[in-house]
Amino acid sequence: MEPKTLFDKVWDAHVVEKIDGGPSVLYIDKHLIHEVTSPQAFAGLEARGLKVFRPEKTVATPDHNIPTVNQHLKIEDDLSRNQIETLTANCKKNDITLYGLNHPKNGIVHVVGPELGHTQPGMTMVCGDSHTSTHGAFGAVAFGIGTSEVEMVLATQCILQPKPKKMRITIDGELQKGVTAKDLTLYVIAQLGTGGATGYFVEYAGSAVRNLTMEGRMTVCNMSIEMGARGGMIAPDETTFEYVKGREFAPKGEDWDKAVAKWKELKSDEGAVFDKEYTYKAEDIEPMLTYGTNPGMGTGISGNIPTADEVEASELPTFKKSLEYMGFGLGDKLLGKKVDYVFVGSCTNGRIEDLRMLASLVKGKKKADSVIAWIVPGSKQVEKQAQEEGLVEVLEEAGFELRQPGCSACLAMNDDKIPAGKYSVSTSNRNFEGRQGPGSRTLLASPLTAAAAAVTGVITDPRELF
Amino acid sequence: MPIDKFTVLESTYVPLPIENVDTDQIIPARFLKATSREGFGENLFRDWRFNPDGSANEDFVLNDSKYSGQILVAGKNFGSGSSREHAAWAVHDYGFKVVVSSFFADIFRNNALNNGVLPVVVSPEFLSKVFAAVEADNGQKLVVDLEEQSISLNGEKEEFEINPYKKNCLLNGFDDIDYLLNKKENIEEFEQE
Ligand code: SF4
Repeated sequence: MEPKTLFDKVWDAHVVEKIDGGPSVLYIDKHLIHEVTSPQAFAGLEARGLKVFRPEKTVATPDHNIPTVNQHLKIEDDLSRNQIETLTANCKKNDITLYGLNHPKNGIVHVVGPELGHTQPGMTMVCGDSHTSTHGAFGAVAFGIGTSEVEMVLATQCILQPKPKKMRITIDGELQKGVTAKDLTLYVIAQLGTGGATGYFVEYAGSAVRNLTMEGRMTVCNMSIEMGARGGMIAPDETTFEYVKGREFAPKGEDWDKAVAKWKELKSDEGAVFDKEYTYKAEDIEPMLTYGTNPGMGTGISGNIPTADEVEASELPTFKKSLEYMGFGLGDKLLGKKVDYVFVGSCTNGRIEDLRMLASLVKGKKKADSVIAWIVPGSKQVEKQAQEEGLVEVLEEAGFELRQPGCSACLAMNDDKIPAGKYSVSTSNRNFEGRQGPGSRTLLASPLTAAAAAVTGVITDPRELF
Repeated sequence: MPIDKFTVLESTYVPLPIENVDTDQIIPARFLKATSREGFGENLFRDWRFNPDGSANEDFVLNDSKYSGQILVAGKNFGSGSSREHAAWAVHDYGFKVVVSSFFADIFRNNALNNGVLPVVVSPEFLSKVFAAVEADNGQKLVVDLEEQSISLNGEKEEFEINPYKKNCLLNGFDDIDYLLNKKENIEEFEQE
């Protein structure tokens, strides 16, 4: 038999039919929905007089548009409240499981899916959200879709998709102390650029990837979309099984043993062919920071913003426009630049390990008075665990406060907006113009680098504070 | 939603020679609170088009009466970022039927096609000529012929690629859901396996 990639194995097992010269009809095992990209899909379904085809395969949680304070009160913003009520009504009407606001399992859709065991190796998963790639960390084929496609999945549990090309990114070696999964992914994106993986599904491999925890793997797969990839995935192994085992929706007993036996087959065969391959050394990676308005504009924290000579001439006008927005100059050094806000949260870095990292660095120190810090757990369960582990206490002693879970300042749909012109060191995934609020200036970083900025008030190498 | 049929379009065009135009620029998140598909055109390129006080930014191309048309021409990597279909709705609602660029982000391209907006990928050289031509003469037109899969500027023609299935959908105004609904039996069979 011809050797197959991990991606091929999962994809091919879900093809209902391939249209000649066209896309495939791909069966979807798990569909996640939230309040922002689903209402028009339900409305479309209704207009066609259709019911949800397989409601038990869809799970819903509001996250993008919810407040992160006083969640028990009525949502003040009429439009936001309407979106959340619409989701609730749609789920009720169609028998879809909903982890609504104030539900003990509510949270960001890409945090909730894995922590409840909805996410499992070998699945196909979609969500009307580009960071659905997160779930690829388990060896699932998971990708973001538009609302018309959400409607397709609700109506038929299938989607029409052309098969993407395959890329493998291998990172061998050992990450240095203070260098995290987030730095690894920002490094790769800086190498490939924001469109570098467009049209591809990426498999991450190599010892540095293998040695990551599940949460670290999720951070890496989450960011795949930021280099244009359709999705990212990592072959499941003992780390994966260990994480999934015992979770609410994970298979139990005999089913578990059967499932694991199947999951063990999910890896790229020796000799499987990728359309593109890249290899990097973990030792080359230092804590990373972005300085521009797309996630590919990043550098090691001790580095400089490129000079005019270092940027391709054709790209210089866009590059300069971006720096102008950021208030930075060509060739500037990043260390020591002033920081106004720090945001730790999002589906990229809003999990328990991220809060542990933050706490480990700020423990016994104090937040700089000049910095406003928003610490937003990715879910209710993360919040609870942070309390139980005493992290909340450590953070409070250092002058930090936890907000309630949600997407928050990652996309600033609610009131959590960074004011115009202010600098935010953020553990989220996008630094686009205005992403964190109109005029906001975002520097993407790991929780450790964010923590270091929070305690010093300036861009600081976290390794200096250990 | 049934989509508009697309065959041939001859139109003046609006140049946006910026690279990596992401979905947060096309439609910022704070305008995603609606529960219907209509009206997003008003906020297309919101933060470039309007000043923080709500007045029109005269420097932005959509506010420049010199340029108009049903074709938007943008720098490479148009539509990167989020999966929000609102971006495609905004482009469509504003009145664009075609977006031309040398490179599109995947999800945006899919979303555009699902809404009857045709993404046309041209070579970087052709793109430069298109930008230069409209600078010289803002009455300049482009002709996009879907059947022929060609785009022409002053008689200079370039072919573009499109998946034959999607081409057929656009030519006839079919959408994917209709197709899938017709496959229900096969889908149920697949579930049994
Ligand atoms: S945290 Fe940010 S990136 Fe993740 S789902 Fe929410 S808005 Fe999207």
